[in-house]
Amino acid sequence: MLSIRKLTKTYKTGDQALKAVDLEVPAGQVLALIGPSGAGKSTLIRCINRLVEPSSGEVWLDGSELTRLGAGGLRRARREMGMIFQEYALVERLTVMENVLSGRLGYVGFWRSFFRKYPQSDIDEAFRLLDRVGLLHMADKRADELSGGQRQRVGICRALIQNPKLLLVDEPTASLDPKTSRQIMRLITELCRERGLAAIINIHDVALAQMFVQRVVGLRLGSIEFDGPPDRLTPDVLTTIYGKEDWEATIQKVNEQESEEEPEQIEGAL
Amino acid sequence: MPISDNGQTKTWQRRTTGESLTRWFVWLICVAVFLYCWQQISEATTWFFVWDAPRIAGDIWDRATPPRLEYLTQLGRPIWDTLNIATFGTLIALVLAVPTAFLAARNTTPSVLFIRPLALLIIVSTRSINSLIWALLLIAIIGPGVFAGVIAIAIRSIGFCAKLLYEAIEEIDRSQVEAIASTGASRWQVMAYGIAPQIMPAFAGIAVFRWDINIRESTVLGLVGAGGIGLQLQASLNVLAWPQVSLILLVILVAVVVSEWISAKIRGAII
Amino acid sequence: MTTPAYAELDDMLGKRWKKPPFVPNPVLRWAIILGFAAYLIAAFSTIEVNWSRVYEGLDRGWQFIISFTRPDFISRWEDIWGGLLESLVMTVAASVVGILISIPIGLGAARNIAPLPIYLLCRGIVALSRALQEIIVAILLVAIFGFGPLAGFLTLAFATIGFLSKLLAEDIEAMDRSQAEAIRASGARWLQWINYGVQPQVMPRLIGLSMYRIDINFRESAILGLVGAGGIGATLNTAFDRYEYDTAAAILLLIIGIVMALEYLSGVIRARVQ
Repeated sequence: MLSIRKLTKTYKTGDQALKAVDLEVPAGQVLALIGPSGAGKSTLIRCINRLVEPSSGEVWLDGSELTRLGAGGLRRARREMGMIFQEYALVERLTVMENVLSGRLGYVGFWRSFFRKYPQSDIDEAFRLLDRVGLLHMADKRADELSGGQRQRVGICRALIQNPKLLLVDEPTASLDPKTSRQIMRLITELCRERGLAAIINIHDVALAQMFVQRVVGLRLGSIEFDGPPDRLTPDVLTTIYGKEDWEATIQKVNEQESEEEPEQIEGAL
Repeated sequence: MPISDNGQTKTWQRRTTGESLTRWFVWLICVAVFLYCWQQISEATTWFFVWDAPRIAGDIWDRATPPRLEYLTQLGRPIWDTLNIATFGTLIALVLAVPTAFLAARNTTPSVLFIRPLALLIIVSTRSINSLIWALLLIAIIGPGVFAGVIAIAIRSIGFCAKLLYEAIEEIDRSQVEAIASTGASRWQVMAYGIAPQIMPAFAGIAVFRWDINIRESTVLGLVGAGGIGLQLQASLNVLAWPQVSLILLVILVAVVVSEWISAKIRGAII
Repeated sequence: MTTPAYAELDDMLGKRWKKPPFVPNPVLRWAIILGFAAYLIAAFSTIEVNWSRVYEGLDRGWQFIISFTRPDFISRWEDIWGGLLESLVMTVAASVVGILISIPIGLGAARNIAPLPIYLLCRGIVALSRALQEIIVAILLVAIFGFGPLAGFLTLAFATIGFLSKLLAEDIEAMDRSQAEAIRASGARWLQWINYGVQPQVMPRLIGLSMYRIDINFRESAILGLVGAGGIGATLNTAFDRYEYDTAAAILLLIIGIVMALEYLSGVIRARVQ
């Protein structure tokens, strides 16, 4: 469904963030993107929906090539891809409901959105999603009154109400405590399964990634170093991705699911 | 840390001899400039009047007290006009300042090379020139009256509001804008959902703050004929009706204090 | 998920949703909206605009804008130069004197270092200076001291005191107590305490504010001439009266240029002291 070919990004400073990356994501697959800070995880995700303009290469989503789209075509393509952000990126001075409904912006005209006159179907869907993540009673609260975990749930609703085919998830748990991190990861993967969504989850917490996804892609210095199921992540593989370190403790975490303490092996990414 | 060594004792000094000399030289120039300025002022002054000043001040005080309170009945309309000049001037300025600010802010301007300098030029030139000068100019162009006052206040306020506003726009959180853009929102929807809510508090604060300043400024616009209570002040000064002058000054003082109080209240309610 | 939550969802489905209003009380909300609208209509209807006069003026306005492309610095150069020099002289002298006086008053107006009677006195001076606008002070001072730059100089110095003392006092009140206490603990006398404990903390901001005030003083000095208190304002006024837009444009360009130069200079100086 999503197919990335020879995607390259060189920043103005000369840093090559992505070096001809090839990646295929079939429909309904949840994939974790791991790698050290500066490996290009965030850039890769942002090049797909062109929040960052790629330098060269192709991104195909269901038969359309995204990197050559004009402004209008890009907007239509972005509706197909929901994005969830590291620091939640809710518009803090709007209410929860407005934040969720803002996911429909690509479908409604400017004046309708300006006067908050969304179609009833959108409003019902927003209520259903808020109910699904357990925040229905918060609908008219302002986003900056919410806790971190609650904000991220609103961010998930905003991405899902777009009715996307693909979720782009950028460090969803980087600002959350370990327990909330797991809840959020579980929620994202559950929702993807329910709706048959594909997702690329960019995450620095290897143990958390192994816990929830079917496929792991390791990125190092802008190239893919590993692509496979989570149980094939051996200490050797982690060493090629992250460099020399004692990895046994990290991998063992997969088995001790009760532990709430996640080791902070890598500093938060970009 | 410079340490000078004169014979056997070592002395710590904050600066080396060279640095000290330069500093003394700079100070010397400053003092010389000040003395020159003072001499210029002194030359242009008739010192006889200055020595006589306490007597004249006392004389004016005697004539100006008590203020002629019955004149207050004639000040209703001028006060109303003053208020309107400030309010409409602020409203017009805000309408014009918002697009100017968006064109001037580095992160929203369509072109950093061409449009941004133009917007900055508008901001600098409207801001550098006092509203009284704008009023003078407008009176020469469209004739005296309240309308000239409104436009003068509006022009003067554009630069002020736009400058504060574009600084607020440059400080917004980019990720919220990205999040709205990634939903497939159009350029205007990104403005309405991603940017506008973030600068709203700053905008409201600037509006009220400028309204407060504009009340002050519009009280004196009448001195050059642009309507408001300043007209009465000028007329009273022309006929040396000091009891009326003192009353008008009292009214202006009250207006300034009240508007400052109101603006502080509104700002407190918003933030 | 508990059952009541689902019941709630069923209630909400199909219902219209409206953004909660900024003012929750509907009576108050409509009172504010209608009151403001009524005021605007009333105010608008009382503004008399002589549209034919405005229409005639458009031509002159256009000429004025055109004159910015060919400003005339030459024919009144003597007046312009004299006025500008006087404005600058007033600005410099008033800023120096004003800053020097506002330092002790600013210290006195800071509650954390001044005793109450001094605090009240200094706050009174600050309030008076801030409430009276420059141009009104200038009118009174011209009446008392006669025409000329002395009145303008005194006006600007007085306004500087109100502006700087207030901000300086607020800065001192917000400073870090522990640093000042450390100096006091070393047994310093009052002046030493100010010099070592307070001054280093507020100095960078004082310099920045002073630069900003010099900028304001120059802009204000351009209008004091209108009431006879010296400076470029008188020349400008004459130029407008005679409809000499070329000369007026030249003067305005010079003012804008000097203000920009001062802003640039103060930016450089502020960057160096911080």
